[in-house]
Amino acid sequence: MSSYAASIPNEGNINRVEFDNGLVLLIYENRAVESVNITASLHAGSIYEKPERSGLASLAASALLTGTQQRSFDEIHASLENIGAELSLRGHIHKLGLFGKALAEDLGPLLETASEALRYPTFPAEHVERLRGERLTWLQYSSFDTRYRASKAMRQALYPASHPYHYGTHGDEESIAGITEAELSAFHASHVGPDGMILVIVGNVDTEEALRLVRETLGDWRNPEQSEVARADFPEAPNGTERQRVFVLGKTQCDISMGALGPARGAADYLAAQIANSVLGEFGMMGRIGKSVREEQGLAYYAYSHLGGGHGPDPWIVSAGVNPDNVEKAIDSILFQIERLVSEAVSDEDLADNQSYFTGRLPLRLESNEGISSQIHAMESYKLGLNYLAEYKDMIYRISKDDALRAAQRYLDPNNMVIAVAGPAPDSSRNA
Amino acid sequence: MPQTTRHTLSNGLTVILKEVHSAPIISWWIGYRVGSRNEPTGKTGISHWVEHMMFKGTERFPAGALDREIDRAGGQWNAFTYMDYTMYFETLPADKIDIAMEAEADRMANAIFDPEETESERTVIISERQGLENQPTFWLQEEVRGAAFRVHGYHHEIIGDEADLRSMTRDDLYAHYRRHYCPANAVAVAVGAFDSADMLAKIESLYGSIESRPAPELFTRAEPSQQGERRVWVERPGKTAFYEICHRIPNAAHEDWVKLKVLDNVLSGSGGASDNKTSRLYQALVKSEIAAGVGAMIVPTIDPYLYSIIVTLREGRSPEEAEEVLLGEIARLQEGGISQEELSKARKQAKAAFAYSTESVTEQAYWLAQSFVLDKEDWFDGYLDRLTRVSADDVLDVAKRYLVPKGRVVGILQPSEPSEPEAERE
Repeated sequence: MSSYAASIPNEGNINRVEFDNGLVLLIYENRAVESVNITASLHAGSIYEKPERSGLASLAASALLTGTQQRSFDEIHASLENIGAELSLRGHIHKLGLFGKALAEDLGPLLETASEALRYPTFPAEHVERLRGERLTWLQYSSFDTRYRASKAMRQALYPASHPYHYGTHGDEESIAGITEAELSAFHASHVGPDGMILVIVGNVDTEEALRLVRETLGDWRNPEQSEVARADFPEAPNGTERQRVFVLGKTQCDISMGALGPARGAADYLAAQIANSVLGEFGMMGRIGKSVREEQGLAYYAYSHLGGGHGPDPWIVSAGVNPDNVEKAIDSILFQIERLVSEAVSDEDLADNQSYFTGRLPLRLESNEGISSQIHAMESYKLGLNYLAEYKDMIYRISKDDALRAAQRYLDPNNMVIAVAGPAPDSSRNA
Repeated sequence: MPQTTRHTLSNGLTVILKEVHSAPIISWWIGYRVGSRNEPTGKTGISHWVEHMMFKGTERFPAGALDREIDRAGGQWNAFTYMDYTMYFETLPADKIDIAMEAEADRMANAIFDPEETESERTVIISERQGLENQPTFWLQEEVRGAAFRVHGYHHEIIGDEADLRSMTRDDLYAHYRRHYCPANAVAVAVGAFDSADMLAKIESLYGSIESRPAPELFTRAEPSQQGERRVWVERPGKTAFYEICHRIPNAAHEDWVKLKVLDNVLSGSGGASDNKTSRLYQALVKSEIAAGVGAMIVPTIDPYLYSIIVTLREGRSPEEAEEVLLGEIARLQEGGISQEELSKARKQAKAAFAYSTESVTEQAYWLAQSFVLDKEDWFDGYLDRLTRVSADDVLDVAKRYLVPKGRVVGILQPSEPSEPEAERE
């Protein structure tokens, strides 16, 4: 093993500590930088909210930083901004995500503020109202964003109304308007707790010192009301092609969002599906889709595919931005490439190219604190094992052409997809 | 901090090297001193289109070949066009960097500009512009810049005007390339895990034989001084109004630029994820519930440009309300200056932001390349020192001299149709 290979985060150089309150802490020392990064997740995402309160988890996450039992809104933010630190909390579908960074010397204050926000929020009415207004403005703006509208329409058609993925995380104007401070407090009490929390610290810090700081700020946290972990079912795949068309005033270009149900991050065929996806719409200039739609036909500035992974079942997506006159031509070209992907194995050359691409890019992904944190968090969150990165190259090179074909066939079917298009109405003049 | 060294090849190519051995990676950048600033009417967007054509191949590396080679090597590569420059970069595992260095040397002189590829790319570029047009704020930005710069090339968007994107020919593009892509008009930057002497020898062998031509005289037109406030109004369908106020500020090499950077820090904060909730403008505009957000932009440029503040208004609040509060904050700054506490915070935020933005070799190389094009390479290395020397009196002084009505440009984006966009299922 070369010196760099030895420095890839692995079970030998990541310090993993399980606290008796259920918190799992992972610390990785990165002496090449001046800063420190904290990345955390807790089981408090939108999966725990009711459809009529869509956006509750996300609003609650943002509201954690509006006031605590110890400090006011202004005091919280002064404590961060006076030291050039950043701290944000976001509601995802499964988890509440926390991200922070500071100069390495300021890990203590950063952890202290993060802990206060998670443990002792007060949801002050004045600040919640302001946050609600900001969220409503964002939703109003997004309702005229064709990429947002296409993606939302695709998601709503791909997942039934009974499924948490149907709703996304931001809510809508009606649901956000109806959320009360009491509901925010109740959501926090029921879901935000240390059991199952993952905290990753990466940076120019001493492991023992970081461990001491976490013990002091989060070690004695208990939440006996914290609910059980929720899972999302794998819904029925689309039966036939379902088309959605969203007309948005004053637009020049159409955004296309095509989706199918993809594998969860922990699925056995996830990496094989990733290889197939890369061939389809990632490798080189956006894979086969980019080559056909952009390079050969000049139909779009962007046209690519993406596999979400996550706790699943995230969508396998193809996105493109095209002139309204070219929408059908672009969709046909994309469907042709999907048909090709599911009907014939990729070439030896395609497989070798992508294996080299997947393994070769690891050093770049591990260059920054943020990149390292993200990888360590994924290893813990998806139970991949802390030697996952060290074994990654072997795993990638064990994938065969047939593995990639089977994964593509399992998740993609050009005749059973959701196709959403958002843009100007067909007969509207440009720049209306 | 590792030493940065500068060299000049006999054909005029400037080379900047910085060894960083924290990871086995090298970032390789070639920057050309040409951007949208240097484009005459009728050729707007030509620098950006040429950048696209540079990915369409040479005889040695046909279109698509490098996409494959660099991805296979686990690298990343891209390019971007700015007002003042055009940059190309590759970041790769250190033992694979040769492919990037060979490719950039090759396309500095041998890009083909195939006529069919040019036509295919025309529609891609127009699609890129149409994607931008889907954002209401793009229209505001385009109008504000047009109003601020009547003569200077900063007046048009980097993407260019659609009329020019439809009329420019392959020969126009090729002439622009041949004129501006030469060693004397370029800078090469390497940051990462290498030995400087070995790297310099490799650069000499790959780039030293490229034809030597004098650096081209760049097309520029000085903007006449502004004689009074200018205002533009834009109406687009939507529900959200925006208010933008710009003031003329000097170029990056000017001693006042860094003072204005501190001023911006006090007004709008340091950027980043925290949203700068203790900044003066957040406190005045967002906490008062006039705005849903406020941000500012101060970018280093070769020629004098704009310091811009953009307010996203909440439903039911008017641009006039935002303006009144904003002008009040500017007056407060001009009358009372800033406190030592605000100055200390700005310094600490700058130190942190600098640390965050230089953690990767790619970012360090970008800053060095940009610094050289804008001023000189130590603009970047000396940035924190210069910023730390800025005093509260300096900030008061630049607030009085630059945030003045005579050099002001105001833009208002008013949503024109509040109706709900329709959706249907086919």
